[in-house]
Amino acid sequence: MKLRRTSNDVLGKVEMQMTPMIDIVFQLLTFFLFSFKIAAQEGDFNIRMPLAGPGSPNVEQQLPIKVRLTADAQGNLASIQLADRKVPNFAELHQQVMSIVGNDAGPSADAGNAEAELDCDYNLKYQNVIEAVTAVSGYMTPSGHIVKLIQKIKFSPPKKPA
Amino acid sequence: MKFRRKEYTVSAEPDMTPMIDMTFQLIAFFMVLLNFGEGEIDSRIKLPTSQLAKPPEAPIESPLVLQLTSDDNVIFGGEAIPISALDRPLRNEKRFLELNGRKASDATVILRADVDAKTGVVQEVIQKCQTNGFEKFALRAKQDENR
Repeated sequence: MKLRRTSNDVLGKVEMQMTPMIDIVFQLLTFFLFSFKIAAQEGDFNIRMPLAGPGSPNVEQQLPIKVRLTADAQGNLASIQLADRKVPNFAELHQQVMSIVGNDAGPSADAGNAEAELDCDYNLKYQNVIEAVTAVSGYMTPSGHIVKLIQKIKFSPPKKPA
Repeated sequence: MKFRRKEYTVSAEPDMTPMIDMTFQLIAFFMVLLNFGEGEIDSRIKLPTSQLAKPPEAPIESPLVLQLTSDDNVIFGGEAIPISALDRPLRNEKRFLELNGRKASDATVILRADVDAKTGVVQEVIQKCQTNGFEKFALRAKQDENR
């Protein structure tokens, strides 16, 4: 039996079904759109603080630079002291630390060995600690390069109010 | 004179190609920007800012993220727990590290404390970690956008 070829077979156009693909693509787009979050970059201040044991060396002998931060009743910063001397703000604290561990040309070779001890009031807001750590640990040059000052930072034991 | 209307059967199909091109480009854009590492970032924490906060150049080995809220709770594994109950999860983490042949002192505790958290509470969290053998800490801060 001879079958006659219909004209549809010759000119038959196979059309791709676009609808499901577009559905999925839009769903994917919506997912990524909603999970997109603009967040500022985060960075760390690395601190090495092993538990002081009976056999550990007396860290007091290394003469850390003592920074004392006091707080008012609301936890806001009340005063800054650098080795018992009052400092008006963190910028001045940074300048004083620079004069101890560095010079105009930058940090001295000893800056890496210098140690800072933060003695903070219990209810002081944490932002102030980060600002103090920033002030003693380095600064950023106008070109965006970070110059490191004191890298060894430790905390005095917390003094819980009675 | 009478004209006979000629009937056309033209299907008006829109050209989908540019739209699909654009959509795929948008998907690719958002896909590249999606950071799955942000899963540990909790919106309850408002980080302090610092101009020296730069992202670490190398990935931190064995990170342990502790998030301290302004109401003195620690968010650990997505769950808010009081500081007094922190010992148990820390011991579990220590045991898990030891099972994998590492020590607690090799791990880095990433501390994401809220900007209004009390410093004394942050220190208490650090002390709890120290008593469980953790030595390395990373105080996390947000990059200062004004710089």
